[in-house]
Amino acid sequence: MATNEILIKELADQYGRERTSLLSILHGVADKNNFLTEEDLTVIAKELHLSGAQVFGTATFYSFLNVVPRGKYVIRVCKTISCDMKNKDEIVREIENMLKIKAGETTEDKKFTLLFTNCMGWCDKGPSMLINEIPFSDLTREKVHGIIKQYSDIED
Amino acid sequence: MKKIINLTIDDQKIAVDEGTTILEAARKSGIKIPTLCYHEDLCIAGNCRICVVEQENMRSLPAACATPVSEGMVINTNSTKVRNARKFLVELLLSEHNADCTACVKNRHCELQTLAEQNHIREHTFIDLKDDKNYTIDKLSPAIIIDYSKCIRCQRCVRTCEEIQAISALSAAYKGKDMKITTFFEKPINTVVCSTCGQCVAHCPTGALTEHFYIDEVWDAINDPDKHVVVQTAPSVRVALGEEFGLKPGTIVTGKMVAALRRLGFDEVEDTDFTADLTVIEEGNELLRRLKAKLADKDESVKLPMVTTCSPAWVKYCEHAFSDLLGHLSTCKSPMSMFGALSKTYYAEKFKLDPAKIVSVAIMPCIAKKFESNRPEMRASGYKDTDYVLTTRELAIMIKQAGIDFNTLKDSSFDSLMGVASGAGLIFGNSGGVMEAALRCAYMIVVGKDIPFEDLSITPLHGSEGEIVEMSVKFTGTKPEWSFLEGVTVNVAHANMLSNAYKIMEEIKNGTSKYHFVEIMSCPGGCIGGAGQPLPTNKAKRTARKEAIYSGEKLIEIRKSQDNPEIVNIYDDYLGKPLEEKAHKLLHVPGFTPRKRY
Repeated sequence: MATNEILIKELADQYGRERTSLLSILHGVADKNNFLTEEDLTVIAKELHLSGAQVFGTATFYSFLNVVPRGKYVIRVCKTISCDMKNKDEIVREIENMLKIKAGETTEDKKFTLLFTNCMGWCDKGPSMLINEIPFSDLTREKVHGIIKQYSDIED
Repeated sequence: MKKIINLTIDDQKIAVDEGTTILEAARKSGIKIPTLCYHEDLCIAGNCRICVVEQENMRSLPAACATPVSEGMVINTNSTKVRNARKFLVELLLSEHNADCTACVKNRHCELQTLAEQNHIREHTFIDLKDDKNYTIDKLSPAIIIDYSKCIRCQRCVRTCEEIQAISALSAAYKGKDMKITTFFEKPINTVVCSTCGQCVAHCPTGALTEHFYIDEVWDAINDPDKHVVVQTAPSVRVALGEEFGLKPGTIVTGKMVAALRRLGFDEVEDTDFTADLTVIEEGNELLRRLKAKLADKDESVKLPMVTTCSPAWVKYCEHAFSDLLGHLSTCKSPMSMFGALSKTYYAEKFKLDPAKIVSVAIMPCIAKKFESNRPEMRASGYKDTDYVLTTRELAIMIKQAGIDFNTLKDSSFDSLMGVASGAGLIFGNSGGVMEAALRCAYMIVVGKDIPFEDLSITPLHGSEGEIVEMSVKFTGTKPEWSFLEGVTVNVAHANMLSNAYKIMEEIKNGTSKYHFVEIMSCPGGCIGGAGQPLPTNKAKRTARKEAIYSGEKLIEIRKSQDNPEIVNIYDDYLGKPLEEKAHKLLHVPGFTPRKRY
């Protein structure tokens, strides 16, 4: 039994069972769990009378929807040119050193995932990054160290 | 009345209906605009841009397939700008494509290769990216192989699976440079909800989607002196095989086909049409038995309508999508599988052969038959009933491999025992044919007279492809044992394409179906449009093959399955009565396999 079955049914009741409701429902599930499982997508397909492949296709199209397991806090460092020129590599290195993971990976305690993102429109305040939905800008090594430390200290 | 639009294409003044695309308008005037993602069977996608044209006073180049005409439009399909853009687009596609053409099954049949030739591509303008792409090949299915290194993401397969079959086993996933055509969670195609109909293969412009080839296994069997290799050929192969050798679609090449099979070294060449006749007898009797149980004996456990099961992709689809309605499926095996079972029992006995040494090969217009032959249910003989299934295309490859000059072959005829067929067996190749054959048979059983249609040709069933065709038959003057059918109107329907099957099954599910008997074929037009037939597929070819089947039937004297002398023999000598013991064991499936819907 898919753990999110009830949630998905509620979301389908709320948004409707048309194909156009798919994205809202995917978001609703992703908000709760950070990533979408095979079971989630199967239940959604069933509710909306779509094929699994169609739901998978939509879910993988959007970078902010994940179909592979992600940590509780997903860090997305801007990889676009302005942030790159302002030394985003140094920021990434600092995070990688602190969390002992490489970009694209998730920490063993499933707390953090480090990813890249395209431009978020913070070019004047680069380098910038997101942790889940919260943006951080004007980053320096020291500043990012403090931010990651803060998140690490949050008890589950 | 539609508004008429006047436009100019390549200096020709053209008037067409409003809503016509530039591509259609050009084609009507004999101007050829090359296309790639466009396919007449499918909706417009406009994603490959190969059909770009230049429009006066417009900076960018519109795609001809996706742009409707407008008043006063001036189009140039052959400007330097257009030619350069087209070449550039082909070069970009090639930079990501595994263009190892000589080692590709689609060599000389590939639409991308043709475009490369037509656009005079003589060098690799862009960096070859295929080594960076981590392309994989999915060859786990006995029916369909997907080689992602050859996929150009035109999405013809995606549209085919959605529009023709209403399954959507394939979809576009990810985006940008990572976009790919794939299944649910990129699983192997044999593990997802897929009917194995292979229409994606038939609509793929490149070698990305192909059937699983068994040519080498068949050659090995032929070359093994210990093995006795018997081959059967499906009704619709004989009206399509000629296309592979330059003959017009719809040319009937039965004699040459049989001659070629003999030259290839098959020990015995028999006809699937014979077991099609057998299917008619079994299925006709099954229908009558169900009608009797339901109408006369009021047995509510008997399911009506009864639905045919000759089309293996339909059966697998039904097992996925309507697993609670499997009781509606006829338990009759397909003609191919009946033949397979008989080749290792009846045939082995008659010719005093060890069934373990018989290799049973089927030439089919179909890709799903490869899946069917591998079903565990198809082992009634105690062996794998049908060892290998080859498509019409694979047979053509073997004929070419052997260096046989097909067109100069002298006609040969099928061997006896399982080589004689009635016209009813032949028309199985067309959508509606099983229904027509079964009605001829059942009417004779119930009324003792021929069904009242000129030449026994039930033309109301010869509907066009993609339609659900309905008909009612009223029984009058029934024999005493069938008196419960006196004055009863039996409603029948047939449909091709699984999107239509879905509609019929939804009615059955909702209890609103008025039918007693339904025939379903998975492919457009039935088996003549099967995914194993010569490519490219299009309506003109399918129509020519369909007409060839109906006109071919006119040349056959025996028109009802029960009049086929070899059918009479097999029941007298071997099977006994229809639906009873031996016939039941060899010609019917014990049951179906419910499969996951999602």
